[in-house]
Amino acid sequence: MEQLWFWMVAVMFSIYVVMDGFDFGAGILHLVVAKTNEERREVLGAIGPFWDGNEVWLLAAGGSLFLAFPKVLASGFSGFYLAMWVLVWCLMLRGISIEFRSHVQDGLWRHFWDTTFAMASVLLPVLFGAALGNVLRGVPLDASGYFSVPLWTTFRLGPEPGVLDWYTVLIGVFTLVTVTAHGALFLAWKTEGAVHERSRALAAPLWGLVLFLWVVATASTRIVNPAIFLGLARSPLAWAFTALFVVGLGLAFLGLRRQWFLLAFLGSGAFILGILAASAASLYPVMLKSTLDPAFDLTALNASVGHHGLRSGLVWWLLGFPLAIGYAGFLFRFHRGKVKAAAEGEGY
Amino acid sequence: MGDPLFWHRLQFGFTATYHYLFPQLTMGLAFLIVVFKAMGLRTGEARYADAARFWIKIFGINFAVGVVTGIPLEFQFGTNWARFSQQSGGIIGQTLGMEGMFAFFLESSFLGLLIWGEKRLSPKGHFRAAVALWLGSWLSGYFIVATNAFMQHPVGYTVAPDGTLQLTSFWAFLLNPWALGQYAHTMIASVVTGSFVVAAVGAFWTLKDLHAEQARLNLRMGTVMGLIFSVLVAFPTGDLQGKLVARYQPITLAAMEGRFESGPRAGLTLIGQPNVAQRKIDNPVQLPAVLSFIAYGTFSSDVKGLSSFPEDQWPQNIELLYYSFHIMAGLGTLMIALMGLAALLLWRRRLDTNRPMLWALMLAFPFPYIATTAGWAVAEFGRQPWLIHGVLRTNQGASPMVHAGQTAFTTLGFAGIFVVLSILFLYLIGRELAHGPVKH
Repeated sequence: MEQLWFWMVAVMFSIYVVMDGFDFGAGILHLVVAKTNEERREVLGAIGPFWDGNEVWLLAAGGSLFLAFPKVLASGFSGFYLAMWVLVWCLMLRGISIEFRSHVQDGLWRHFWDTTFAMASVLLPVLFGAALGNVLRGVPLDASGYFSVPLWTTFRLGPEPGVLDWYTVLIGVFTLVTVTAHGALFLAWKTEGAVHERSRALAAPLWGLVLFLWVVATASTRIVNPAIFLGLARSPLAWAFTALFVVGLGLAFLGLRRQWFLLAFLGSGAFILGILAASAASLYPVMLKSTLDPAFDLTALNASVGHHGLRSGLVWWLLGFPLAIGYAGFLFRFHRGKVKAAAEGEGY
Repeated sequence: MGDPLFWHRLQFGFTATYHYLFPQLTMGLAFLIVVFKAMGLRTGEARYADAARFWIKIFGINFAVGVVTGIPLEFQFGTNWARFSQQSGGIIGQTLGMEGMFAFFLESSFLGLLIWGEKRLSPKGHFRAAVALWLGSWLSGYFIVATNAFMQHPVGYTVAPDGTLQLTSFWAFLLNPWALGQYAHTMIASVVTGSFVVAAVGAFWTLKDLHAEQARLNLRMGTVMGLIFSVLVAFPTGDLQGKLVARYQPITLAAMEGRFESGPRAGLTLIGQPNVAQRKIDNPVQLPAVLSFIAYGTFSSDVKGLSSFPEDQWPQNIELLYYSFHIMAGLGTLMIALMGLAALLLWRRRLDTNRPMLWALMLAFPFPYIATTAGWAVAEFGRQPWLIHGVLRTNQGASPMVHAGQTAFTTLGFAGIFVVLSILFLYLIGRELAHGPVKH
């Protein structure tokens, strides 16, 4: 049961990154690929119907973590206190900039929100990536089950790590580049004309950069937490997810070459899902690693709640999960085809 | 100032109060939009769809602010209240998780269709989108109220040897009697807020001599719904809420009423100042025996006073609790009177021309916001000194590793963000009001 919930939480966070990842990517790129107001509205129109639902995956994943492994949530959220709030403020500003921008037809107003939107979209994946880096590296959890890390210390690995060090920043940058490349494929798929051309032209070099950073990040993880690779060797599930992300990467490149942008986008989604799930499988059962002593690790076994709670949660989760997928499927169907910028006063 | 608990409480109270200014309107409007759309479908008259379109715009702006101010609340469970989360996450995580799965996905998926989809959808399809959004927002309300109800009156759990709370009955927890009563009271209050805002806009346009047809329609809808739901919020739901407090938190009832001594035939204090130091009410105006009747159904019932309880279990801020409760109840009475009078004028076909009444309706829209805020203050201050009533004290729930300074910093950050957000919000709402209703 604990193992099942570990996977449900891991899969939900991974889906979150795939889903919000494409609208982060669109936000990062829109100042570059969309120059005029009409083009910007085309980008916003492409992600507009989805972004809010995509973000719900974060809340739903957080809710699942909360109900199954409250110790991990309590320790992690309070330990990264200030970093968490920077992240939340970025989420808030980003939501507001999407929703408020098109209410007023004024160049300056819109430029302000476009820039806010782009900056928040850049910062968020870096922060989420750094958070993943912290999970892979470990945090100074002690016997109390709690820890506290400053935003940064010396940027080196060691007994007193910060939220940001060279490794977590590297993972942050890797995440940033990956969601940018993911967003480029989404825009190439959903738009036409100039935005499509620019997104397509950027996608190829971005994916080259993803490949390069993936090699660097993997090699660095080997230094930071060698145990992950032992876990990877042990877990057949991790092999399956590794296969998934390698195939996804291949499909992304194939789709780009053949101009099958939906295939490329699905491939990049599979890449993100696979690489995150493979990391989770390699870490299992550890959820939050202690840099002080493996005995202080928070694991799926020592941090979970009792069985009645897990079972009840499972029942409604099995009802809710297909519903959530169903809504997303319905939205993609309803908004199928290339997006058109809406008339002034309507749409995003 | 150096006490982290002070800042944690201030931060949650401040951000939750600010947040709830928006959902109370969106939940109420969601219902009224469904009513407008349903009447439009039934009569085939365009004016109902026009009214719905205007309110959907207002809804959209409020919803956006509600979403972004709601995110920090979810995070605060983990960041600021880690010990509380660690101990009770297995229980309250259920409802918070369900809110995401069943309510937020529904809302976020259909919001875009409601706001931008009128041209692409059939009138029936657009009506269905409105219903989906109404269901989503009211479902979301249930999960939050059920979470709060567990903190007010914990049921369906057991305490494990390691001190954590474990769920033993999912249905007992989800269908907590406190949750059912509080939910009815809260949702009906949200329709009161919606009705007062609709009536205020109708009154404003009437006074400005603008958009005559829409002004009349909003005035009528706001007044009729305002009267029905102002009554329902007091009786039976407010009454039921009072009986729940009397039954499960008698000490809270004593503090709300500033009642220090126990005894039968307890009087209801209408006016008066609680004097905690001397344990009495100064300058009271009381209705004899009415409190006994309201709390327990007979005039002779014994209502316990604060002196019957150990002092370490008294709510810490009795004055604030007392005034919050009396402001809520007083405004509730005033709102029934105002809407009753307005409805009478409407019935006599004199509302459109009665300028004093139009002024009153236009200026009365803050009342339900104040009453709702005061009502939540009663619930939350009344629960003190407990975080989970009778189980976990508030001073045992905060994050062990977070300093007062950090929380002070983020609280100030929120104060800044909320000021900016308020200005933007008022600017955008003001523009929509000036634009007026949009013809299709």
